[in-house]
Amino acid sequence: MASSRNISVRETSRPKLPRHTRLKFDETRQVWVILAPERVLAPDEIAVEVLQLCDGARSVADMVDQLAAKYAAPREAISTDVIAMLQDLADKGFLTEARENTA
Amino acid sequence: MSNAFADGKAASAAPPDGLAVLEQRRSTAETFGIPLAVLAELTHRCPLQCPYCSNPVALDRGGSELTTEEWKKVLGELAEIGVLQIHFSGGEPTARRDLVELVRHATDVGLYTNLITSAVLLTREKLSALADAGLCHVQISFQGNEPVVADRVAGLKNAHERKIEAAKWTRELDLPLTVNAVMHRQNLHQLADIIQMAVGLDADRLEIANVQYYGWALKNRAALMPTQEQIEAASRIVEDAAMRLKGTLAIDYVVPDYYALRPKKCMGGWGRQFFNISPAGKILPCHAAESITGLEFDSVRSNRSIAWIWQNSEAFNRYRGTGWMKEPCRSCEYREVDLGGCRCQAFALTGDAGNTDPACTLSPMHEQIFKDAEREAAAGENRFLYRNFAGGTLETEGEHGA
Repeated sequence: MASSRNISVRETSRPKLPRHTRLKFDETRQVWVILAPERVLAPDEIAVEVLQLCDGARSVADMVDQLAAKYAAPREAISTDVIAMLQDLADKGFLTEARENTA
Repeated sequence: MSNAFADGKAASAAPPDGLAVLEQRRSTAETFGIPLAVLAELTHRCPLQCPYCSNPVALDRGGSELTTEEWKKVLGELAEIGVLQIHFSGGEPTARRDLVELVRHATDVGLYTNLITSAVLLTREKLSALADAGLCHVQISFQGNEPVVADRVAGLKNAHERKIEAAKWTRELDLPLTVNAVMHRQNLHQLADIIQMAVGLDADRLEIANVQYYGWALKNRAALMPTQEQIEAASRIVEDAAMRLKGTLAIDYVVPDYYALRPKKCMGGWGRQFFNISPAGKILPCHAAESITGLEFDSVRSNRSIAWIWQNSEAFNRYRGTGWMKEPCRSCEYREVDLGGCRCQAFALTGDAGNTDPACTLSPMHEQIFKDAEREAAAGENRFLYRNFAGGTLETEGEHGA
């Protein structure tokens, strides 16, 4: 059946882009874009970095750890930002979650 | 980080394009950057006969259609010059036997593919093959929420039932679904039920588009024109549903411009952020542009590149920007806002595409078209002229096109 919608992003979530949402580098305009039905979104650099980590295997907690280490930033602040950003994308219908028990 | 995603979609009433991304980066008004999305009308052949069909009255015959190899070359060229999304449309795109091959080729060259279909020719196997070929999104048109009205408007028996079935397959295959409903006097009373139908079909998006009156729709205006009361009721229903269904179903609403005060910024402006390719390969600023006589449109079959045609051809430059404008547009404070409205409508109603779109209150013809609309809506002429290659067939008493 269809992917779940209206997901609520938490640290335990393992988000991924649904197959109809594509993250792509636009060579002509030299920008990253998200291609979705009837839409083209322009994610900023941080969003691109987070989205590249959304493989359906990594949890949000893992991503936050990785980014906190890379940028030597407080984990809590990173977590808040990442979850807000992913939730925004989920609310637009462009993020889904890997199924339970996929491990 | 709330602004991490700059949304490239234009206002909800505008045609789908997503060009704001370009405009954020550099001025398209200066450079006419290549559109992000292009509409490929693969064929004008269609099993439906909708009286408001957006295809031109003079349809391209099957024999003049681009071949598979020609379309593949076009798709490659589009991807190369920076187009990101391709909408396969028609006529009925699934009437092309090579559709799966074309979708696969589009996927291979990196294009995001969208199928705009009546769905009546689809089978589950065909849809599955399209999904395997990389199809990203399906848009299915509905003519009503039940067969009596829907099949009459489509001019095809059992059309509604087949659409419902195809919509279910779409979601079973995990493809995102947009339901498209074109609204007019004969089906506006079903609007609330159509919205419920879209929810029931698990659609992601619902496009509710009031008929725009050029070509076939203009011929059928007397049978299609809604009353002002219908439009007011429809707006309330849409507003209410958009609020109630937020997060479940995205609703885009295209208002009818005859009853508007200001004209629509048609296609986001002529030659500004959109082009389509006709079945025979002509590159057009909009799907109705060929209705404007006296304009020569270049073809992908010419020795010019698509990018050259977009940037340099006489037809694209004729109504670009604001330089072509006469009064009252020329000195109007809204000239950059609506770019004078719709060229095709201006041509159809005034005989000169360079005139102000009569949908604008500043047009000397505005009052007249408003009165025409009211009169036609009240007169109750309900007979359709069905769209076909023979120039149209009148609906007959008791036995409609379906």
